[in-house]
Amino acid sequence: MNKMPQWADVVLIPLISLLLAAILSALVILAIGENPWAAFKLMVDGALMRSAGWGYTLYYATNFMFTGLAVAVAFHARIFNIGGEGQAMFAGLGVAYVCLFIPWPHWSLALIGASVGAAVFGALWALIPAYLQAKRGSHIVITTIMFNFIAAALLNYMLVNVLRPPRSMDPATATFPEATHLPSFRDMFSTADNIMFRGAPANVTFFIALAACVLVWYLIWRTRLGYEIRAFGFSESGAKYAGISPVRITIIAMLISGALAGLMSVNTTMGESERLVLNSTEGAGFIGIAVALMGRNHPFGVFLAAILFGFLYQGGAELALWTNIPRELIVVIQALVILFTGALDNMVRMPLEKLFLSMRKGDA
Amino acid sequence: MTTMTTAPAIQLKGISKAFGPVQANKDISISVQPGTIHGIIGENGAGKSTLMSILYGFYKADKGEIWIKGQHTQIPDSQAAIAAGIGMVFQHFKLVENFTVLENIILGAEDGALLRPSIAKARKELQHLAEEYGLNVDPDTLIENLSVGHQQRVEILKALYRQADILILDEPTGVLTPAEADQLFRILARLKEEGKTIILITHKLREIMDITDTVSVMRRGEMTATVKTSQTSPEELAELMVGRKVLLRVDKKPATPGDVVLEVENLQVIDEKGVERLKGIGLSVRAGEILGIAGVAGNGQSELLEVLGGICDATGTIRMNGTELPLTGKGAHGQSRRAAGIAHVPEDRQREGLIMDYSAWENTVFGYHRDPAIQKGFLMDNAAIQEEAQAKMDRFDVRPPHPKLAAKNFSGGNQQKIVLAREIERNPDLLLIGQPTRGVDIGAIEFIHQQIVNLRDQGKAILLVSVELDEILSLSDRIAVMFDGQIMGERMPDQTDEKELGLLMAGVVQTPDASLEKVVDQQFALQEEEREGTR
Repeated sequence: MNKMPQWADVVLIPLISLLLAAILSALVILAIGENPWAAFKLMVDGALMRSAGWGYTLYYATNFMFTGLAVAVAFHARIFNIGGEGQAMFAGLGVAYVCLFIPWPHWSLALIGASVGAAVFGALWALIPAYLQAKRGSHIVITTIMFNFIAAALLNYMLVNVLRPPRSMDPATATFPEATHLPSFRDMFSTADNIMFRGAPANVTFFIALAACVLVWYLIWRTRLGYEIRAFGFSESGAKYAGISPVRITIIAMLISGALAGLMSVNTTMGESERLVLNSTEGAGFIGIAVALMGRNHPFGVFLAAILFGFLYQGGAELALWTNIPRELIVVIQALVILFTGALDNMVRMPLEKLFLSMRKGDA
Repeated sequence: MTTMTTAPAIQLKGISKAFGPVQANKDISISVQPGTIHGIIGENGAGKSTLMSILYGFYKADKGEIWIKGQHTQIPDSQAAIAAGIGMVFQHFKLVENFTVLENIILGAEDGALLRPSIAKARKELQHLAEEYGLNVDPDTLIENLSVGHQQRVEILKALYRQADILILDEPTGVLTPAEADQLFRILARLKEEGKTIILITHKLREIMDITDTVSVMRRGEMTATVKTSQTSPEELAELMVGRKVLLRVDKKPATPGDVVLEVENLQVIDEKGVERLKGIGLSVRAGEILGIAGVAGNGQSELLEVLGGICDATGTIRMNGTELPLTGKGAHGQSRRAAGIAHVPEDRQREGLIMDYSAWENTVFGYHRDPAIQKGFLMDNAAIQEEAQAKMDRFDVRPPHPKLAAKNFSGGNQQKIVLAREIERNPDLLLIGQPTRGVDIGAIEFIHQQIVNLRDQGKAILLVSVELDEILSLSDRIAVMFDGQIMGERMPDQTDEKELGLLMAGVVQTPDASLEKVVDQQFALQEEEREGTR
C-alpha cells in the first residue's frame, strides 16, 4: 500500500517545497532591503512575459534537460553520475571537431553529425569511470568528480595549444562554418512583420532535448535494457540471480548517461556560441543533478524541473541587470530551491504522509 | 499446585497497538503462571513479536496494562523491563563478536568505571549459574569462536546475570541443529524446575507440543485461544493459527525416478575471503524425484544453489542432461542456466527472487525478460506480460490478485507463490528450490508443497534445500546431508529419522558404537554427571 496518492508525491511535494524556498528567498531579499514582490515580478517579466525571455529560459532549459536526463538514467541503475559537467565539456571537443573539420552541406546534416560527435565524446568520458567502477570498484562519485577537473584541464590545453586559430588571443576555436549554424527560435518562428525571440539563443536543439525526454521514457519503462537497468538499480543481488551482468549494466547506463550529458554541448557550442569556448558548460552539469532530483528521475519531471531552473537562471540574470540585488544572491535563491526540492525532500514528505495516513484512517 | 495462590508472573490486560492503519495487537489479554513454560504461536505477522516488544519496552502500547508478579508495572524501555526481572533472548543475538563471554555478560551491567571488579564478580556468578542450570560456557572464549548453540547460552546467561526470572525466547531454534535444540529444551526444562518463567515464541508446532505447559495462539493481531498443551493437538493449533483446517502432512505417491538429469562432480567453491565453501561435492538428481539437502544454515547449501543457478563461480563438473555446463566466465550466469532448463527458486526471495519495488507483473518475467516471446520490436510487450501475470496469479492463488501491486506489498507466502508461478510454469527440467517455505504462513505451505510434488509427478527433477528438517523428511525422495561444505551421506527418508540426520548435520558420521549421543551431547552429559555428583 502506498502511503499517499501518486499525485501528491509528484505534484504536491515539489510545489510545497518550491513555496518554502520562495518564502525563504523572499526573506533573504527583504533582509538586504529590496522588495521581494517586485523582484519576483521582474523575474517573471524577464523570463516568461516576453518571447525573448522565453528564448533564454528555454535555451537554459535545453541544457538542463540533457544533463538532468543524464543523471536520471544513471540513477535508475543506482549510479550517481556527478560527471555530467566534464562529459559535456569533453563532448564540446567532439562538436568542434565535427563542425570544423567536416564540410557539411546543410545544417540539418551537421546537426546529426554534431549530435553523434557530442554523444560519442560524452560517452567516452563516462566510460573510464564506469569501467573503473564496474571492474575495479572505484567509487564512481569520486572518479566522475575527478574527471570533471581532468576534462576542464584538457579542454584548456586543447583550446590554447591545438584548436586556437593562429594569432588569436582568445582560448577558443575558430567560428564554425556558416553551413553548420543552427536555426534559432527567431529564425524559425518570426514572420516578416513580427520578430519573435529577438536575440535569444534558444535554437532547434530544444526539440532534440524534447525527443530525448520521450526516448529516455521509452528506454527506461518499455525496453528490456531499461528493465534490466531498473532491476539492477533496485537490487544488485536480484540482478545477479536473473543473470543480468552488473558490469554490463554499469557500463551501458554510464555510456547512455554520458552521451546525454554530451548532447548538451550541441546546444551551447553549436547552437549558441558557434565555436567552442572555455567554460561553455557554465555549471549546467551540476544543475542536472538538482533537476533530476526534483524531477524524480522521470523524464517528464526532468522536463518540468528543467524549465523551472531555466526560469531561475534567466530571471536571475534579469534581477542582476535591473536591481541592486547582487548576482551572488541569485545563486543563493537557486541554492534554496535545490535545497528544498532535493535535500529537504523528507521534511515535506513525512508530515504529508502522516496527514494522508490519518485521512485514510478517517475513511476506514 | 501452588499456582492458584500466587499472582501470575506476567499478566497483560487489553493490550492494543497500531502502526498507522495496521492493528498489530488487538485487545490482548494473557496470564502466565510462574514456573511454567508458556508458548506463543502464530504465523508471521500475527503480532507475536510486537506483543513481546511491548513487554520488553521497545514499543509503548496504545492501550492496556502490564502486571508483573501482581504489580501494575510501566515498561517505558528495556532498562525497566530488566529491572522488572524480564530477560529477552532475541532470534538474532546481540553479542559483540570479538569480546569474550564474560565481557559480553557484563556489557551494560558494569558496576563501575573499572572493569576488573565487575569481571571478577561475573566470573563467580557465572560459575554459580553454570552449576545451577547446566549452562556451561568457557567464560574467556571469544564469542566468534563459539558455536551458535553456545552463543545462545551466553544470551540466556546474560539475562540470568541480570536477575531475570522471566525469560522470553524469540524463535530460539531457528538457527540450531536438532541436537542443539534438544539441549536448549533441556536447559529450559531445568530453568523451569528452578522456578523461572519462560515464554517461548515460535511458529513450530512440534516445539510447542514438546516443551510448553500452556500455549496461546495469535492470529492477525488477536489472541484466538489459550489452552493447556496437554489438552490440544498440532492439528487443532494449526487450525487456530490459520483459521481453517490444514493438512500438515504432504500427500504424495512414491517416486518413479527416471534418467539422471543433473550430475555434479567434485564441485568446489572458494569465496572472496579464501574460505572453501564447497569441498568437492558430488550428487545427482533424476527425473521425477526430489533430492532434499538437509543441513544447518551456512554449511554450503547456499553456495551449491548459487553455483547451479549461475550466480557464483566454481570449479568441478556439472552435467545437465548429459551436457557439461560452464562454471566460470560468460556461459555461467543465470540466463544460460535457464536456457539449459534449470529454474531456480532462490533461498532469499526478497533479495534475489524478486525485485521488491517491481510490480507483480514485472516480477513474473524476472530472469526470463529476454524471452523473444514477450518482445514486440524494440520494446517489451507489457500488455501481454500483464495479461499472463494475471492468469498466473489466479492459477497460483496469489492474494490479492493485483498484478500492478508492488511485490513488497504481498505477504511472504504470496511473494513465494509469485516466484513459484514464474519458475514452475516455465516447464524446467530441473527445479532448484531453496527454503521454499521460509517466512511463509502455514496455509500457504500446504499449497507450495503440493506444487513441488506435482512438478515431481510430471517427471521433473527437483533439488530441495531446506533447514527445516520436517520439510526435508516429508518432501524428499532421497536425502543428502551437508556439513562444512561436504556431503556427509545420503539416506532414504523411510529408512532414517531426525536423530540420525541430526547427527550427520552436526558432522558426526554414524558408527556402530552405541554411545553415539555422547559425541554430540558430550558436554551436556558431562554436566549432568557433574551435577549428579555435587548433589
